[in-house]
Amino acid sequence: MAGAKGFFTDTTLCIGCKACEVACKQWNQLPDDGLLFTGMSYDNTVHLGASTWRHVAFIERPVPLSTQDAGAFSWLFSSDVCKHCVRAGCLESCPTGAIIRTEFDSVYVQPDICNGCGYCIVNCPFGVIDRRSEDGRAWKCTLCYDRLREDMTPACAKACPTESIVFGDLDELRTRARVRVEKLQDAGMREAYLYGEDAASQPGTEGLNAFFLLLDKPEVYNLPPDPAIPTKGVGRSWISMAAAAAGIALMAVGSVFFSKLGGRS
Amino acid sequence: MPSGDGFSLSNWPLFRQLKQRDLFGLEQTAASPRTEALTARTASADRIVPSICPYCAVGCGQLVYVKNEKIIDIEGDPASPISRGCLCPKGAATFQLVTGSHRVQHVLYRRPHGKEWETVPLEQAVDMVAERVKRTRDETWEGTDEEGHPVRRTMGIAHLGGATLDNEENYLIKKLFTALGIVQIENQARV
Amino acid sequence: MAECHPVGFRWVMEARERGATIIHVDPRFTRTSAVANIHVPIRAGSDIAFLGGIVRYIIENERYFRDYVVHYTNAPAIVSAEFQDTEDLDGLFGGWDEETGQYHKKAWRYEGADPEPAAGVKESDEEGQPIQHNPFQAGHSDPTLQHPRCVFQILKRHFSRYTPEMVEQTCGIPKSLFLKVAETLCRNSGRERTSAFCYAVGWTQHSMGVQYIRTAAIVQLLLGNIGRPGGGILALRGHASIQGSTDIPTLYNLLPGYLPMPKAKQDKDLATYLARNTSPSGWWGEFPKYFVSLLKAWFGEAATKENGWCYDYLPALTGDHSHMNTVVNMADGGVKGYFVMGENPVVGSMNGPLHRKGLRQLEWLVVRDFSVTETADFWRDAPEIERGEIRTEDIGTEVFFFPAAAHVEKDGAFTNTQRLLQWHYKSVEPPGDAASELDFIYKLGLRLKKLYAEEYGQPRNRPIRDVTWDYPLEGPKREPKAEAVLREINGYTVADGKPVEGFTSLQDDGSTACGCWIYSGCYRDGHNMAARRKPHWEQNWVAPEWAWAWPHNRRLLYNRASADPEGKPWSDRKKLVWWDQEKGEWVGYDTPDFIVKRPPWFHPSKDACGKDTIGGTDPFVMQADGKGWLYAATGLQDGPLPVHYEPQESVVKNPLYGQQCNPERVEWWRKDNPYHRAYDDPRFPYVITTYRLTEHHTAGAMSRWLSWLSELQPEMFCEVSPELAAERGLKNGGWATIRTMRAEIEARVLVTGRMRPLRIKGRLVHQIGLPYHWSTKGLARGDAANDLIGFVADPNVSIQESKAFTGAIEPGRKSRRRSAAISGPPVREIDPKRWQRDLPPARRKPESQHSFKAGESKKEH
Repeated sequence: MAGAKGFFTDTTLCIGCKACEVACKQWNQLPDDGLLFTGMSYDNTVHLGASTWRHVAFIERPVPLSTQDAGAFSWLFSSDVCKHCVRAGCLESCPTGAIIRTEFDSVYVQPDICNGCGYCIVNCPFGVIDRRSEDGRAWKCTLCYDRLREDMTPACAKACPTESIVFGDLDELRTRARVRVEKLQDAGMREAYLYGEDAASQPGTEGLNAFFLLLDKPEVYNLPPDPAIPTKGVGRSWISMAAAAAGIALMAVGSVFFSKLGGRS
Repeated sequence: MPSGDGFSLSNWPLFRQLKQRDLFGLEQTAASPRTEALTARTASADRIVPSICPYCAVGCGQLVYVKNEKIIDIEGDPASPISRGCLCPKGAATFQLVTGSHRVQHVLYRRPHGKEWETVPLEQAVDMVAERVKRTRDETWEGTDEEGHPVRRTMGIAHLGGATLDNEENYLIKKLFTALGIVQIENQARV
Repeated sequence: MAECHPVGFRWVMEARERGATIIHVDPRFTRTSAVANIHVPIRAGSDIAFLGGIVRYIIENERYFRDYVVHYTNAPAIVSAEFQDTEDLDGLFGGWDEETGQYHKKAWRYEGADPEPAAGVKESDEEGQPIQHNPFQAGHSDPTLQHPRCVFQILKRHFSRYTPEMVEQTCGIPKSLFLKVAETLCRNSGRERTSAFCYAVGWTQHSMGVQYIRTAAIVQLLLGNIGRPGGGILALRGHASIQGSTDIPTLYNLLPGYLPMPKAKQDKDLATYLARNTSPSGWWGEFPKYFVSLLKAWFGEAATKENGWCYDYLPALTGDHSHMNTVVNMADGGVKGYFVMGENPVVGSMNGPLHRKGLRQLEWLVVRDFSVTETADFWRDAPEIERGEIRTEDIGTEVFFFPAAAHVEKDGAFTNTQRLLQWHYKSVEPPGDAASELDFIYKLGLRLKKLYAEEYGQPRNRPIRDVTWDYPLEGPKREPKAEAVLREINGYTVADGKPVEGFTSLQDDGSTACGCWIYSGCYRDGHNMAARRKPHWEQNWVAPEWAWAWPHNRRLLYNRASADPEGKPWSDRKKLVWWDQEKGEWVGYDTPDFIVKRPPWFHPSKDACGKDTIGGTDPFVMQADGKGWLYAATGLQDGPLPVHYEPQESVVKNPLYGQQCNPERVEWWRKDNPYHRAYDDPRFPYVITTYRLTEHHTAGAMSRWLSWLSELQPEMFCEVSPELAAERGLKNGGWATIRTMRAEIEARVLVTGRMRPLRIKGRLVHQIGLPYHWSTKGLARGDAANDLIGFVADPNVSIQESKAFTGAIEPGRKSRRRSAAISGPPVREIDPKRWQRDLPPARRKPESQHSFKAGESKKEH
């Protein structure tokens, strides 16, 4: 879609500072998600939710990063966010029209329409969207829709000190990302690859408008390796159902016809 | 897009969907009036005030958005050659630092052997402090040390603090306290 | 740096993306290590051995930038024949005086010359008279660097034992890794390339902290990295205006602009004070102009030539009145009243229990902050009160808590870690009764003038009468105008009140007034230069029109050194400033940090003095000889060269010398400040270090009340290696108790491969990491790590040793044992094993260990 905007998150530049988490909370005036020491490295946020729309994952690995001399150890960081999928599970399952595709190709939940039914929650393959217990509605990253209307950069991308999070036109981001992966590969960083950058690489969502450069398998980052939104199968389901219905109708007609035939003898 | 009051064909969702080819009703035809009018709250700020982050010593630029004499947003200043609009999590949380309910708004006083804080009017409190400064200074004044060298000071009063204060504040503190003969003046620079 | 200065670190990442090699040296694998090219795990407290190893590598392999070293450092200077190195005396320098427990610095002098140090200790003779220094004579030097007593050869010999093997033994850094680092550094230094060092309190908070920095300075001078773009040493300071509070110091020993406070014994009068502090050579020859202008700013018309510019209004020092000594003075009942503004010492400083003991002895305490801090609430919220050992109603201290205005509620300048003064504007009025410190101190001063109005007959009250204290008021709360104070800091000509251009306009005849000479120029022509905010996209990479740096908006200090002796850049790639023959002045991307019209070929005449002694090839203008000092003949307490000493509390004997610890370290032998054994203390076998996290800020008052930050790091935790966890039975996510003789704290446990045991002298040494942000107030609460640490200090600047000490750890929550500070009177108790830290000559030390000390204990209680 022309004018489509999104995020390219290059985890090789992330320093795990969590400025993105806080800048998002500040802009959107989100409440905290509880104070809980998890013992999971420096990650006490754990996952995205109704009140946390940026979450930095911290992965300590007993294997080295190919370009680093630090013994058999490495520490990966990645700022997770709503993927604003090209085919979005939440969007396609919302029965009230609360979730819409904006003029920026982002996925936006209209809090004045949402009735808290929760259909969107089970349809997101990434576990992004959730309901807020105090008010019952579903909330997620808006891609700073209000800021985009004023031609401003989303809060997380603006705050990110190392430009690990880059915001812009998706076409440009994709080009940039591919050039980046090539450069890293040339420099010996074999692990670098893109996650969700287009439909070909992630048919189940037809590509993510917030895609990533990762350094290990998606599961390591708590991302699904091959996400697919349930409503992608809807067309097939209808066709199989139509085929089944047609088949049943045929059998019904056929049985009547044959029984009529049988009755003549 | 018209937000109709009363029915008109152009408002009818089905008509709009057909017109904009939004057959599933998943795009902007499903936008509510609120969504249509959505805009950044900073766009209507009364003023944007340049500031500097109060946390570490990098000194990132900050912009403070004010509306109706209330701060509505604090974010980075893109013009700063140091920070280019970026902030770390602490700088990004500055809004909570300055508007949070943890901030005390009245002067508190604990009397000797007291078990509670009491509230005290500001002017009275400063008067009390000034009286104590004078009293203690007069009681503990040293003109010379044991060897007869002039010292002109009081070791009975000390000060701590400065790294979070402005230069102008540190200047007046050092100036006044030195004129009073206070030498035990220290701050985080030596901690 | 990624942890504590994330936005500053973006530039390190940018350099990395352009091909720079990022080497991170740290006991822990942190967020910086995660993105660095090389991580070097090091034993906390052993950095001098590591850096010394690099010095040796540079010299042995002849990787130093010879032209730079010969022309811009004191490598050729010849040291006197009486000098004895630590090589000769097993870790001591010559000149140790057993009577005074100090070094006689004369034993380290150059041959036939005594250069005045730019900072630090100024020598006096036995009668306390200032030693007359002679301008440094260039004759006593050997540019071929061959003379056995030239600085270069002494340096070589001094560091000869810092071999890669020794580095491995002492620091736990594998030899191959060390060599890789040294080689990478050397390969990236020289004419065409420069390397930079960044450091923070992991280097300074040691009992030889200053010598850590010295060793880095030696490395960078040898490699020719100082004063050059992409080179240098960047001190990463930690608070918004800690640089400002050092420059305009709320510090006991300094006056604004690094002018020393008068010392009672030596600085009897103005003439003596000026003689002691004015250097016959180098830029400090200008000293009187700055000092007199300061006194004019402070005492206005009352300061006249006849009365020595009111020099006698200044109090004088008789010892070390620094923070820890003040607290000890307080604990012993010597301090009655205390102001604490925007600092939280019972959490942020060492030995919190001892601080609270001090606070309990006060008559009155004034705290100014945003919310009631642990310091303000010490009388009812403290571990010892919780345990029932101390009762609130027994504490007689009167406490005032004033709510402080936030930075968005006042005008003013912060000076960041790059010496940049940046103005912030007021956005909204402070809420309720909150006010700025500027407002508070100004109005306090007005009240005191009134209270003393009838008593000016007494000479001691005249400074109060005469201190200039008249600033315009503005706003609904009638607050003093911060810009008016900035104007005074900048300086002005007395006759017409016009702001001066800069410190070169200042005079010593009373015609100028200036609050802080190094800041002079920040308000030139009445323009608030610190408030300039020209966007970076309209400027070059130096961005000189954003805000204003001291001195004179020079962004890179000593940048004369970026050009060769003839004034041409060492390389085109690394050009910064250079001599323009046509214009007859130094030009470039940065403001030249030099006398702008002084040509490279300038030779001072034989009878030159002051700044006229600065030759065209003397980039280090603050030094008496204009050179970078590889060897510091004067100025430092504990040696002209850095030496690896172990921390006060270590786990090993010093692998390099018999002298275990810094012989001039400052100790406080008191029952409320007990020390562990120097090494091999079976009770406390682990190394502990403290640090910050990105998500919190210092003692927590600015972060632990914020939910958005508290949820990121909600609880106090300790970081331990899997090996240590196994050894002690610690579980990830569980609880641990960490103990020293000072106190005991509990923390959640984070078992992580980022902490690694190191092999030191064949033994496995474990390190425990403790973030220090937590205490009892706020949303995120926990125990304070700094409670564990005792008072020990570096002798040059009295900074505490808090980055390397020993302790014990066990699983489970704390037992609530009492802390040492509760126990009894502050009687001096000498550990019979204290001799472990010193060789026999250094063992006998009087109570005072360097020239200026706090007095004896005032009372028992």
